[in-house]
Amino acid sequence: MTTTTTTLRTRITRRPLSESWRRRLPLLPALLFTIVLTQVPFVMSIWYSLTDWTIVPPSPRKFVGLANYGKLASDHFFRDAAFTSIKLTVVPVLGALILGAAFALLLDRKFFGQGLVRTLLITPFLLMPVVVGLIWKNQMFHGLYGVLNWIIEKLGGSPVEFVSRYPTWAIALVLIWQWTPFMMLIMLAGLQSQPADVLEAAKVDGATPFAIFRQLTLSHLRPYMELGILLGTIYLIQVYDQIAVMTGGGPGSTNVPYFVFQRSIGGGWAFGRASSYSIVVVVASIIIATIALRVLSGLLKGEEAA
Amino acid sequence: MRGRTHLAVGERRWVHGAFGLMAWIVGLVYFFPVFWMVLNSFKSEQDANTSPKLFFHPTLDRYKDVTKSATGLLSFGEAFTNSAVVVIVSTIIVLALAIPAAYALAIRPVHKWRDVLFFFISTKFLPVVAAILPVWILARNLGLLNTRNVLIILYTGLNLPLAVWMLRSFFREIPRELIEAAEIDGAGLKGQLTSIILPMAAPGIAATALLCVIFAWNEFFYAVQLNPVKGSTVPIWVTTNISTRGDFLAKLSAASVLACIPVVLAGWIAQKRMIRGLAMGAIK
Repeated sequence: MTTTTTTLRTRITRRPLSESWRRRLPLLPALLFTIVLTQVPFVMSIWYSLTDWTIVPPSPRKFVGLANYGKLASDHFFRDAAFTSIKLTVVPVLGALILGAAFALLLDRKFFGQGLVRTLLITPFLLMPVVVGLIWKNQMFHGLYGVLNWIIEKLGGSPVEFVSRYPTWAIALVLIWQWTPFMMLIMLAGLQSQPADVLEAAKVDGATPFAIFRQLTLSHLRPYMELGILLGTIYLIQVYDQIAVMTGGGPGSTNVPYFVFQRSIGGGWAFGRASSYSIVVVVASIIIATIALRVLSGLLKGEEAA
Repeated sequence: MRGRTHLAVGERRWVHGAFGLMAWIVGLVYFFPVFWMVLNSFKSEQDANTSPKLFFHPTLDRYKDVTKSATGLLSFGEAFTNSAVVVIVSTIIVLALAIPAAYALAIRPVHKWRDVLFFFISTKFLPVVAAILPVWILARNLGLLNTRNVLIILYTGLNLPLAVWMLRSFFREIPRELIEAAEIDGAGLKGQLTSIILPMAAPGIAATALLCVIFAWNEFFYAVQLNPVKGSTVPIWVTTNISTRGDFLAKLSAASVLACIPVVLAGWIAQKRMIRGLAMGAIK
């Protein structure tokens, strides 16, 4: 019975099958490459996280089940890193989004030198993250010669060692600076896709610029804001470079990715435990990504309907 | 990118001017750290490491200092060569893999193309930190630590999803009639690509390649974990210009300018196209 159905199905689908394989063929190299390069390490990470593997001191790899995850809750170093991670993601994402939206609104009108100002504003996004961290630390935040302290002194204040005193906020500020252009670009794309006729009609009906902004522009920008928040979150949750060059880790600046590094190849060599930390980041990212994909999917559907 | 004028219609002239002025002030303040870095790179260490100085005797000596090679240390030339090879080769591989894939997702879409597209983009959501331990172990076992090859492979993997995603949206803009006409003339995948798709999507392909170059050029995490000794790239070379003894800000600034200049210039020149590519890649 089963055999007959199978043969029947093969006979019926043979021609479309070869056609569909012909379609699939150009896709396969990229797909296979991506699967091997992303899924294999991921599965290996899950496996490591279920063992007590340490390299220094060398130990035989023993399966310990979920023991590493059980210890997470009571590990206050991990708790601190998780808390820092949340701060170093939420603050820069929202800060960059608000500034980026404001800059996009400024850039969305014609004025003298518009192109040049846009060029100035996108530059931080093009800079190497390592350079951004080092430059802010050594020329802006520096306790003696930093530009910020120079301003503070001119205003009658006393100098502050920003990076050592407020590591979280110093790094967050640098991340906001670098990510504002990204948010600005997404917002600009949104502003420029606004249907001009609707805006025109609202104006003809006598709507004030403020009412137009609040009722039309903001609601039109909403999916773009969501997209900016989601993409920004996914990138910023993984920040490593700026932390590495600004503080090299420490209370208030070690986020979970940096903690994974410290506890494994950065000197801790506890691969089992460290893997369980990274799986937690993955799970958090998957939750955010699921929401992100839903938003993207909505946008793609819109495209298909058009 | 076109500016909008209609919002300003009916607005008083001075309001319009005030917004323009505000945009300029914001732009200049925002750019200041970059301006200051460039200025510091032309200073002597003495002039750089004091309270901020706008006027000084400019010198190119810091650039000479940082490009001078010393034995046993990673030199500018080595780092630059390593970066150039890794970035160019990985970008070529990305395009070679992504162009056919984008074809199969946009022009002659496979069944469930949307799921495939989502799979590609979802791999960007996996944090690199989750992969670094297995990657490090695999690279060590395969003898790839401290080689350019390991970075070429990884940067290809990092940029491939983005490239597929962006190229698909560019390919969708090619009029279907042209491709169908080529098909009727008997052109296969290769013929369609070379005669229609590649020439028409060339600007989009260039924008995609540029973004791949930017991300690969600036990448630090994999480079420092896997190639700390040999095969080191420019971001690592920048960090070697920090010294624990003595002043280094002017030297660091000169190194930073050299490290950033290729990508910043390319980004400035191609900004309109890149903005469009990013927006389309993200939105479409």
